[in-house]
Amino acid sequence: MALTNSDFAIEVSALHKSFGKVHALRGIDFAVPRGTVLGMLGPNGAGKTTAVRVLTTLLRPDSGRIIIEGYDVVRDAAAVRRRIGLAGQATAIQLELTGRENLEIMGRLNHMPRSSVKGRAAELLERFEIADAADRPAKTYSGGMQRRLDLAASLIAEPSVLFLDEPTTGLDPYGRLGMWDIIRELVGRGTTLLLTTQYLEEADELANTIVVVDHGEVIASGTPDRLKDQVGGDLLEFTVPDRAQLDDAVRAVAGLSDAAPTGETDAKRIKVPVGSGGSTALVEAVRRLDAAGVVTEDLALHRPSLDDVFLAVTGHAAEAAPDGAAKGQKSPAAGVAS
Amino acid sequence: MTAIAGPLNTRARPSAAQMARWAISDSLVMTRRNLLVWLRVPAYIVFTVVQPVIFVLLFRYVFGGAIHAPGTGGYVSYLMPGIIGQTAAFATFATAIALAQEATKGVIDRFRAMPMARSAVLAGRLIADSIRMLIVILVIIGVGYAVGFRFQNGVAGAVGMVLLAEIFGITICSVSAFVGLVIKDEESVQAFGLIWIFPLTFVSSAFVPIATMPGWLQVFANDQPVTLVINAMRAMALGGPAFPLNPSLWESLLWLAGILIVFVPLAVWSYRRVG
Repeated sequence: MALTNSDFAIEVSALHKSFGKVHALRGIDFAVPRGTVLGMLGPNGAGKTTAVRVLTTLLRPDSGRIIIEGYDVVRDAAAVRRRIGLAGQATAIQLELTGRENLEIMGRLNHMPRSSVKGRAAELLERFEIADAADRPAKTYSGGMQRRLDLAASLIAEPSVLFLDEPTTGLDPYGRLGMWDIIRELVGRGTTLLLTTQYLEEADELANTIVVVDHGEVIASGTPDRLKDQVGGDLLEFTVPDRAQLDDAVRAVAGLSDAAPTGETDAKRIKVPVGSGGSTALVEAVRRLDAAGVVTEDLALHRPSLDDVFLAVTGHAAEAAPDGAAKGQKSPAAGVAS
Repeated sequence: MTAIAGPLNTRARPSAAQMARWAISDSLVMTRRNLLVWLRVPAYIVFTVVQPVIFVLLFRYVFGGAIHAPGTGGYVSYLMPGIIGQTAAFATFATAIALAQEATKGVIDRFRAMPMARSAVLAGRLIADSIRMLIVILVIIGVGYAVGFRFQNGVAGAVGMVLLAEIFGITICSVSAFVGLVIKDEESVQAFGLIWIFPLTFVSSAFVPIATMPGWLQVFANDQPVTLVINAMRAMALGGPAFPLNPSLWESLLWLAGILIVFVPLAVWSYRRVG
C-alpha cells in the first residue's frame, strides 16, 4: 500500500526520550525488514514500553527519527495510525460488551465501512477461536481468550505493522502457546511485527531478530541463534552421587558438544554447554551415561534465561526484573521443551 | 535507497469535511459503546436510577413532614426540581470514574494509536452521559408524579426545566471529566467527587429553604451556582416571579457558561496528557 522505497517497515535512528530527569531511551537504533519479526527483549523498566509508545505515536520523541511504512511518526502521525495495530498488556476491550460488539466498535473507530465490519469481525472471531463465545460478554472469557480478542481488535483494520507489548505476560503456559500460534500465523500472512518480551524463549520462538534493551540502550542485537551462542546456549546439568564415577561421567558426555564439560568435584555436579541442540543432547546424554554405567541424579536441561543473556552481555544480572517474572520464566520454558 | 535517506511518503491528507464526518461518526460510536456498557451493568442502573428514586421517596415521606416549604403544591413540588438538579450533578460521578478507569487501564492509549478522531472519547462520553441523565430525569419525574408532584407552569416550563437540568449536568460533567482524568485513581476520584458535589448540592436551595440555615451558611448557599440553577428550575416548573425571565435563570446560565469555558479546555488538556 505505502509508496515507499524502503524494504524496512520500521526504521528507528538515534531515538531519545526523557521524562524529567529520567532518561528512558538513550539513542536507540534498529530497523525491521518488511514481513519479519523483531523481538525487543529486556527487563521491566528497560525502556521497551516507552519505545513502543513512541513508535505508535503515543509519545513524542525528544530527538531521533522514526519512519513506519515510509511515514514519519511525528509529522505524519495520522498516516502512521492508519497502518499500525497495537495490543499490549492492558487490553482495550470493554468487558461488559460481547466479543463481537468489541470488534465491531473497533472496526468502526478505524473508519471501516459498516458493510465490511461485520464480516471482518466474524472472520477474526472464527480465526482466533472465540466464535463460540462471540455473543457473550467478554468478562466471561478466560485470560487467554481476552488477550486473543484484544489482539483481534488490533487487527480489525488489517494493519501492515503490528506492535505487541508483552503479549503473553500474565498468561498461563497454555494461553502462551495459543498466543504464539496466532502470532506465527499472522507473520505468515506478511504482517511486520515488533514484539516486546521479558522472555528470551519467547523472542527465540517468534523473532527473526532480537534487540536486547537495558537502561534505554540497545546492548545487543542479532538473530536468536547468535544471541544464544553469545550466552552459550542450553546447559545440561546433572549430579553424580558416587564420586568414583565422576571421571567416567565427564568422559561419557565429553563428545556432546564443542565445549568441554565442567565438573564441580565437591558438589559432584557436572555442567555441559550443549548449544542449541538441547533436547537431542539430553537424550544422547542419558544414553551415553547409561552405557557407561554412571548413575545420575537431577539430570536436567536449562535453557538460557534473560538473566543469562544479561550476564553474558553486560556482566551483571538483569535489574528491575519484576518479582518472579524473569525467574519464573524457566518453569513454562521447561514445560514447553519437554 | 533506504527511507531514512530517501523521500517520505506524502499522500494527500483527508479533507476537512471528511475529518468532520469522522469526528461525528466516531463520537456516535463511542456514545453507543458507553450506553451499551451502562445498560449491561445492573449496578450502574441501580446507582444512576434507583438511588435518585430512593432520594425522592425519602425526602418526600421522611423529611417532607418536617420541612416547611414556601410556594404552592407543598414540599413535594418544592423538592422535585431540587432532586432533579442533584441527580444531574450526581450522574457525573460516573463520568469521572469511567474516564479514570479508561485512563489507568490504557484504553485511552489504545484509542489514540488508532485513526479515530481525538475528540471522540470525550465527546462520546459527554453525549452518552447526557442521554443517560435525560433518561434518569424522566424516570424521576414519573416517580414524582406518582407521589404528588405536578408541573404548574405548562409544557414550556416543564421542558425548560429539564433542559436547564441537562445543561447543568453537562457542565458538571466537564468538571468531572477533568477531575477523573487528572486524579485517575478510581477510589480517589470517588472520594473526591463526594467532597465537592455533596456540599454543593446540599448547601443549596435543593432540599430546604435557605432561610432555615445559619446565617454564615446562607452567605454561601444564596449565591452559589447550584442554588441559582435550582431556583431557576423551580421557577420554570412551578411558576415564579417574572417567569420566564426569572433573574436566577440568567445568572445561572452565566455561571454555567463560565464553568464550561474554564473546564472544557481543562478536560481536553487533561485528556491529552493522560499516560
